[in-house]
Amino acid sequence: MELAETGGDVLGALARMARGAVHGEGECGCGPEEVRVLADREDGAVVRHGGLVAKAHAPGTEDAPHAARLALAAHPDLGGILLPPVPGPRSGRIGDRPVTVWPYGPPVDPGDPDAAPWEEAARLLALLHRTPPPADPALPAMRAPAKAALAVGRMLRTAPDHPAAATVLAAWRTVTDDGGSGPGGGGTRAYLCHGDFHLGQLVRDFRGAWRLIDVDDAGLGDPAWDLARPAAWFAAGLLPADVWARFLGAYEEAGGPATGTDPWARLDLPARALTVQTAALALAKSAAEERALDEVEAVMIDTCARITVSRTAPASAASS
Amino acid sequence: MQCPKCHAAMHTYNRNGVQIEQCSGCRGIFLDYGELEALTRLESQWQAPQARPAPPAPYPAQAAPAAPAWGAPHGGHHGGHYRQRGFGRMLFSS
Repeated sequence: MELAETGGDVLGALARMARGAVHGEGECGCGPEEVRVLADREDGAVVRHGGLVAKAHAPGTEDAPHAARLALAAHPDLGGILLPPVPGPRSGRIGDRPVTVWPYGPPVDPGDPDAAPWEEAARLLALLHRTPPPADPALPAMRAPAKAALAVGRMLRTAPDHPAAATVLAAWRTVTDDGGSGPGGGGTRAYLCHGDFHLGQLVRDFRGAWRLIDVDDAGLGDPAWDLARPAAWFAAGLLPADVWARFLGAYEEAGGPATGTDPWARLDLPARALTVQTAALALAKSAAEERALDEVEAVMIDTCARITVSRTAPASAASS
Repeated sequence: MQCPKCHAAMHTYNRNGVQIEQCSGCRGIFLDYGELEALTRLESQWQAPQARPAPPAPYPAQAAPAAPAWGAPHGGHHGGHYRQRGFGRMLFSS
């Protein structure tokens, strides 16, 4: 299934590879709703065909870390936690983007917040963090801090003159001052981490059980970063306190190692980083689309401002 | 129904939604087709990732959860207003 195509028609090539993975050269009787583009981003394009999806990973993905992350998803120790790839020689390439094939699984319904599987997500993360990292092949550092740094870089490239850019940058300095932009999230913790957890990273497997997907940012590091996005949304006032309490409570109940008796002692730094990341990307996107910030984006900028104030106001620096 | 082993009467119980027959004499258990798989599934959900629906309020009416120094006040005024949009945004890598 080697398709040597360059950037141009990635989705077309991906669609052909997905079809081939399901039907070979045979007939296709799949319904139109089963043959769809699920994602089309620079860092990951995904096309579904029937029961499988084909994913084109980011351009320039390095072979060794990519292979280690794929092996992680397929590792028996992670069964029941990570969705395993479809076995067999199914991978290919489109230009400089490796392609992998996975089972299709229904995602979280964005139209039904009350049905979001927060507890199940928390338990899966706790189980992931509790799994001793497989020794071979050696895993790279998880990429959550790198993604935050990339988001700030993108903001500086595309929206340097935005009135809110300085606010975001000041909040980012509180993260870098604390060493939070280092590999694995700074510090010496080396747990198995997802590296980019959000509710879009859950699908149901063939049994209907929720599983984590997307190992592109997975690796070793501080597991608090995997809780950082919900933590940031809670701290921003966007995630209701009761939902946050359910998520964190389920994580702790499942024995997750990210937090201790004072959860925010560990969550503060990564939650600041994810707040900055969200705000930086909001500025970059709004600048690219030549529009004003929307309500939710403005809340993230306000939160950045509070991060900086809390750092400079001596009385409230307790959690740093 | 009689127990095939000791011929005592068997009683039907419902365990987590799975019907099982248990002998009132030797306590042996009879499973219908598919029930062992159903129990295995329940067990795996119980042991590790518990996929059972959460009770409506597993952490009822506690004090508000701890928040960082820079956290927004959670007076409830944000919730309904932002929740739907915020939720949708949370689904995607940002």
